[in-house]
Amino acid sequence: MNTSQNSKEYTLGQFPITPTASATQNACKLCAPLGAALVFKGIRGAVPLLHGSQGCSTYIRRYLISHYKEPVDIACSNFGEQTAVFGGGVNLKLALENICKQYDPALIGVATTCLSETIGDDVPMFIKQYRATQPEATVPPIVHASTPSYQGSHMEGFHRAVLATVKTLAVAGTGSESTRINLFPGMLSPADIRHLKEMTTAFGLTAMVLPDYSQTLDGGLWESYQRIPSGGTPVAEIAKAGDAAASVELGHTLARADESAATLLEQCFDVRATRLGFPMGIRATDAWLQTLADTSGRPIPDIYKEQRGRLLDTLVDGHKHVNTVRAAVYGEEDLVAGLVAFLAEIGIHPVVCASGGQSRHLTQVLHALVPAAWHEEMTILEGADFAAIETAVTAARPDLIIGHSKGYALARRLAIPLVRVGFPIHDRMGGPRLLHVGYEGAMGLFDRIANALIEQRQDGSEVGYTYM
Amino acid sequence: MSSIPILKQRERQIHETGKAPFDMTCDKQSLAGSVSQRACVFCGSRVVLYPIADALHIVHGPIGCAAYTWDIRGALSSGPQLHRMSFSTDLREMEVIFGGEKKLYQALIELIDAYAPKAAFVYSTCIVGIIGDDVAAVCRRVTREKGIPVLPVHSEGFKGTKKDGYRAACDALFELVGTGDTRDIAPTSINILGEFNIGGEAWLIRDYYQRMGVQVVSVLTGDGRVDDVRRAHGAALNVVQCSGAMTFLAEMMRAKYGIPFIRASYFGIEDMAKALYDVAAHFSGDTAIQKRTEALVRAQVTAVVPELQRIRADLEGKRAAVYVGGAFKVFSLIKALRQLGMQVVVAGSQTGNADDYATLRDLCDPGTVILDDANPLELSRYVIEKRADLFIGGVKERPIAYKLGIGFCDHNHERKTPLAGFEGMLHFAREIHTTVTSPVWQFVPFRTV
Repeated sequence: MNTSQNSKEYTLGQFPITPTASATQNACKLCAPLGAALVFKGIRGAVPLLHGSQGCSTYIRRYLISHYKEPVDIACSNFGEQTAVFGGGVNLKLALENICKQYDPALIGVATTCLSETIGDDVPMFIKQYRATQPEATVPPIVHASTPSYQGSHMEGFHRAVLATVKTLAVAGTGSESTRINLFPGMLSPADIRHLKEMTTAFGLTAMVLPDYSQTLDGGLWESYQRIPSGGTPVAEIAKAGDAAASVELGHTLARADESAATLLEQCFDVRATRLGFPMGIRATDAWLQTLADTSGRPIPDIYKEQRGRLLDTLVDGHKHVNTVRAAVYGEEDLVAGLVAFLAEIGIHPVVCASGGQSRHLTQVLHALVPAAWHEEMTILEGADFAAIETAVTAARPDLIIGHSKGYALARRLAIPLVRVGFPIHDRMGGPRLLHVGYEGAMGLFDRIANALIEQRQDGSEVGYTYM
Repeated sequence: MSSIPILKQRERQIHETGKAPFDMTCDKQSLAGSVSQRACVFCGSRVVLYPIADALHIVHGPIGCAAYTWDIRGALSSGPQLHRMSFSTDLREMEVIFGGEKKLYQALIELIDAYAPKAAFVYSTCIVGIIGDDVAAVCRRVTREKGIPVLPVHSEGFKGTKKDGYRAACDALFELVGTGDTRDIAPTSINILGEFNIGGEAWLIRDYYQRMGVQVVSVLTGDGRVDDVRRAHGAALNVVQCSGAMTFLAEMMRAKYGIPFIRASYFGIEDMAKALYDVAAHFSGDTAIQKRTEALVRAQVTAVVPELQRIRADLEGKRAAVYVGGAFKVFSLIKALRQLGMQVVVAGSQTGNADDYATLRDLCDPGTVILDDANPLELSRYVIEKRADLFIGGVKERPIAYKLGIGFCDHNHERKTPLAGFEGMLHFAREIHTTVTSPVWQFVPFRTV
């Protein structure tokens, strides 16, 4: 009996995917508490706490660890049968107490789950009661985000946690600080967040970035043991969000949301809000840098002019490899929108654009980012699972697929190259270090896209060209 | 590193051998706020049934539980691949308010029509009972209409621990057992229980038994097929691996069909050989089996020992921490690591029972820390205190090891390498050697300070 023989003989390649109306098959989304936990990981000294069953935190931890390859401690109030019958108050308070004892956190971020929401737990009241029983000095700020997984995807959980954090912590300031901005980057990679912070600093601005998991989820080795990995935005900085000169919120679909952190700060503290798409590609990066220039009153630093020059040079050098190429793109809506904007700039037609999210704005957003002549050939799917995506990709036969690692099976079945972006990357090294934003992010992305296409031509050629 | 605090309520789930009287608590619901490495009831059911490759596995609930268990294990199938799909009713707010039965019914009908499975398992998640869905009734109706067994798995996450999930899975399997044709089954026949064919392990084990002259009726559930499960009651003996997961089924089969069971572990040369000899001993009336077993073990051991000895030379005296799901695996790993010249200094499991921990205490060297249902802080503390060179665990334990500059071996179900059997022992030794001897550790700050 030979194991490798067996596994070779039967592969996923033969699997006949059939979409269904009622069942979700191979979801292209995750549940809301995951997004909230990720946000809390971006606050200095914070411990996320899921109010639900033990599996909620363990599954989410495993999923995040497989991508970030970093410790991801997420506590859980660990419902038992009694808890479900009598309510989760006792467990939540015990969990808060134990987290304080073990981790001495600067903040606890409580995200609810489908279980606690369905039984109707009044979490704000539990938190209030917990505070009342403890000496004030021993209780850190506690943020509560309502994130039942039957409402929206991980992106809703993410944005709700950002909003809840700002709502809980931000206070009215003494006056506007002209060099301080709030940056709500959306769900980008640690490398992206680092790059955005560098750019902000280059304009002499200080950014309160929420969330900032650029270090907590992509840090170095430890010199000494860390209960909570270092990095993240300090609570005190978030508290000053109402004092900032401006808020910049990234994400095309988020910009159309009814409520958001930037909107809240604008309404309550008169902090001017600028809403942009993810700064991916040329025009979106231009807009982002121009916003920083306008806010700081400084010109765009030479270093970015140089980067822009190198990017354009690269795009010209490689334009024939990519122009008129057809691609399928999937992932979170804002990521898809960011990618599509860049693809349109280099002549790649996004013939399938899909997301598990359901903002109901995706089509409108995407149409605005590409030439009108392309609209007809685009299949845009909201609330899609991978069965629907595979069906659309099979029909469209694009040259390229761009998305996270969960599209590997379909890319393999259809023998179409997959360029990995976003989250999760569970089958390659370097997911957290993928740079998507800025001119440098666009350049890296362009190289990978062009090289995937070149590699396929090279490998598929009988000649075996060594110059391409 | 005493600065890492241990919660008061957790103290009795930690024991250092040779110190204080042995008075460990276990089999408890995890403590709220302690970052348990355990999952939930659903997880227990999901891991047991997952490898049944020609069944439809549908998770009834909001999307998370299905999304996080999509194609996560290295449980191979020699044929159908349906188990590698993730199916969910993806319940939304409207269903939470008005009930999810209709959506479940529709989803089952559509999926059964699309994929023609041999059976369907319907996993209940946390909110299913709370919103009042009668999953069993839906299952009965679909069974009637589609003519395949549609089995509810009562795996609501909060209703106990992972072990209760094992039990729920065994209950579902027990519905299938006894419904198949057993006429061609030999008197010297076994079922292999609690073996999930990670990286093809069940194929190795099955092959050993078959070469001994023992018929393997069904592997539960590695490379599993519904029809094989149906006729499992025809076997003469159940060989149960993995302490917690499938003993429930073995007990039910003993009660109803009079099939005795023995325990086995396939990790490490010692336990692997014992697993084969124990089966041979059970069929002691057939001396040919005994002879073939001896020859098989001899040949297999001879084949792997020289390389193991070479590896041992590099690993001699290194210290290991072991924290995995089931306690039975810990026993085997301790023995296997000894064979490589290594000493276990931290040993723990998510789901061990009182007997398991007593066995562990007797098996471990003095000064070993034994942990039940540990959290990352405790694991870190003792790994540091006991200066481990290697950590054996799952994905969730890996970053603990790496941040501290310690080698790591994944011994969980997500791995893709077979570590069981004689060949598996070689893979295991090679993997440990690769991680422990890497030159990168010389640059690790934690180790150099």
